[in-house]
Amino acid sequence: MPYRHTVGPRTHVFGDLATLMAKATPIRSGDCLAGIAAGSAEETMAARWCLAEVPLKEILARPLIAYEDDDVTRLILDDHDDAAFAEIAHLTVGDFREFLLTASSATLARIAPGVTPEIAAAVCKIMRNQDLILVARKCRVVTRFRNTIGLPGTLAVRLQPNHPTDDPAGVTASILDGLSFGCGDAVIGINPVSDSLQTMAGLLRLFDGIIARLAIPTQACVLTHVTTTLDAMNRGLPVDLVFQSIAGTQRANASFGVTLPILKEAQEAALALKRGTLGDNVMYFETGQGSALSADAHHGIDQQTLEARAYAVARRYRPLLVNTVVGFIGPEYLYDGKEIIRAGLEDHFCGKLMGVPLGVDVCYTNHAEADQDDMDTLLTLLGAAGCTYVMGIPGADDVMLNYQSTSFHDQLYIREVLGLKRAPEFAEWLARIGLTDAAGTLLPGGAAARLLTAAPDLAA
Amino acid sequence: MSGPDDDLWRRLAALTPARIGLGRAGAGLPTREVLKFGLAHAQARDAVHTPMDAAAVAAAIEELGLSTVAVTSAAEDRATYLRRPDRGRRLSPESRKALDAAAEAPVDLALVVADGLSARAVHEGAAAMLAAFKPHADKAGWRLAPVVVATQARVALGDEAGQALKARAVAVLIGERPGLSSPDSLGLYVTFDPRPGRSDAERNCISNVRPAGLSHDLAAFKLGWLLTQAFARGLTGVGLKDESDQLIEAAETPESLAPPV
Repeated sequence: MPYRHTVGPRTHVFGDLATLMAKATPIRSGDCLAGIAAGSAEETMAARWCLAEVPLKEILARPLIAYEDDDVTRLILDDHDDAAFAEIAHLTVGDFREFLLTASSATLARIAPGVTPEIAAAVCKIMRNQDLILVARKCRVVTRFRNTIGLPGTLAVRLQPNHPTDDPAGVTASILDGLSFGCGDAVIGINPVSDSLQTMAGLLRLFDGIIARLAIPTQACVLTHVTTTLDAMNRGLPVDLVFQSIAGTQRANASFGVTLPILKEAQEAALALKRGTLGDNVMYFETGQGSALSADAHHGIDQQTLEARAYAVARRYRPLLVNTVVGFIGPEYLYDGKEIIRAGLEDHFCGKLMGVPLGVDVCYTNHAEADQDDMDTLLTLLGAAGCTYVMGIPGADDVMLNYQSTSFHDQLYIREVLGLKRAPEFAEWLARIGLTDAAGTLLPGGAAARLLTAAPDLAA
Repeated sequence: MSGPDDDLWRRLAALTPARIGLGRAGAGLPTREVLKFGLAHAQARDAVHTPMDAAAVAAAIEELGLSTVAVTSAAEDRATYLRRPDRGRRLSPESRKALDAAAEAPVDLALVVADGLSARAVHEGAAAMLAAFKPHADKAGWRLAPVVVATQARVALGDEAGQALKARAVAVLIGERPGLSSPDSLGLYVTFDPRPGRSDAERNCISNVRPAGLSHDLAAFKLGWLLTQAFARGLTGVGLKDESDQLIEAAETPESLAPPV
């Protein structure tokens, strides 16, 4: 059934729900590349008027990809919580926006299992940036492994000590620098150059040793393919978190070499290790708008909606951490600072609304029309929106992946401006070893020498 | 700030190219570090946006005794190139005609020099890279097509160029996406039996070719090795693993890898 909206003498017609949602999306290069973006500014607004009138029940009843064709659609519908949905079942997309603006944190937590990714994406498209910030701030998603992530008033940081050759001494040097800035409560997580099990084993033992020697209440992760991590667990290596990149369609996940049964198997294997002391959230997922188009697996659906579908996949496995790598994929998907900022806020909002602990890799590549000023803007907006965590990379310059993200310094900035605290157990540890005062402010001098007890071979 | 940690951080900083031990001014970076970062980003941006001087690149290649032919992709300018990767992978209609006209008898290898995302990498490295590779091609006796100098081009443009030139394989020398500390890096992509529609899984890649990375001599050796294997086995890509490192490690000196000129 086509959707129609009349503006003066013109009637805009949208062939189906996927088309309507694509045309209603704030313009971005990836949807233009896919040939599904609105052709004019008026068409975008006509689509939003039309989308605002669509009942949430209708979105639920019209899967964008057929149930029998796609296991992500099956996951979305099979996992759907009808009781949670009942509270919002009578609303249109436009009504839902107003409901969200007035809802309490408790209400938002109650309805989260009833919010499908398509519903989250639809309402997102008619919300301004300030709406996305205001509502996301009210959504609290708390997860635990060796500390507590996502409490109100906190922002965690992934310490990302990447190195162009995975050299253990070089990686350790970056970890010590990050710890000295009070980073690493979300995870100490490295993207290795090599995906060999041998490299992974060395890094896992290195991280496990540092965390044990300094008794840091945090967790480690080597971000390799889930099948490599499964292999590592089967060989008895110290795996805290299982990492995997995921996307919003079965075919896109297949292009990553991942299936839902593999994710389940890995989650069960990690749970069986019982390495979490405070909780059992053992999964870490990364996502990003454009990944399905890049894999030629987008089914004519806009990239923001597909991104929200990836969060449905994440939600099933109760992750500790999920982050969108918002500016990494390149300008053919998000062209400039404006598109990256909007997408970062959309992704964070949709994840939180669905009950997923969303962090953001606030980042860009050198061929995007963006710079560190845009990252400052997005980081500040995400801090206001209650973002779960961001990246901490030495000097914001990832020397392995060749992109720019947020730095150890940047998290100090956002804490000072917005008064955001670290995960409480990690904050207590920093105070106990004398790196910070009781309020979490870094104390001058001597930090490195104390941390070097974690790496005796570097002390000489 | 300075303090008792300074020596220690200098020592730790020597262990990694990552920007550690920068010091801080409150929550911010010291001024010198803000400016160093800004300069590195400016150089990376310039590498992306500086137009390739195709005539100068062609002249430098012709000095090696190789003929050239200039082409453009179907992306008419940089803004289009960045938004429409599909257009950067295709020849413009005029360039397709020019290559069809330049094609003679079938050849073994088509070489394509492409601006990619860093014209600087091409300006500073392409001719020197070809100079290092030419002795390998001469020794193997490979028949070469005219070297294609391609503007606003992505890797896959080599597929159409190689097909038009009736080449058994194509090697694309292309400016890589610049990192903050590597604005001058060339990538080399080898594809056997080039034709439009080849996937990235059907190519072999040698990356990070630049003064501070992989040297031209080593890259030329690897390229020669990959092409020899590709011709012998009739394929490139995931089915052809780059094992040239074992030969390089076994060699006593890098010079001994070079074939006699």
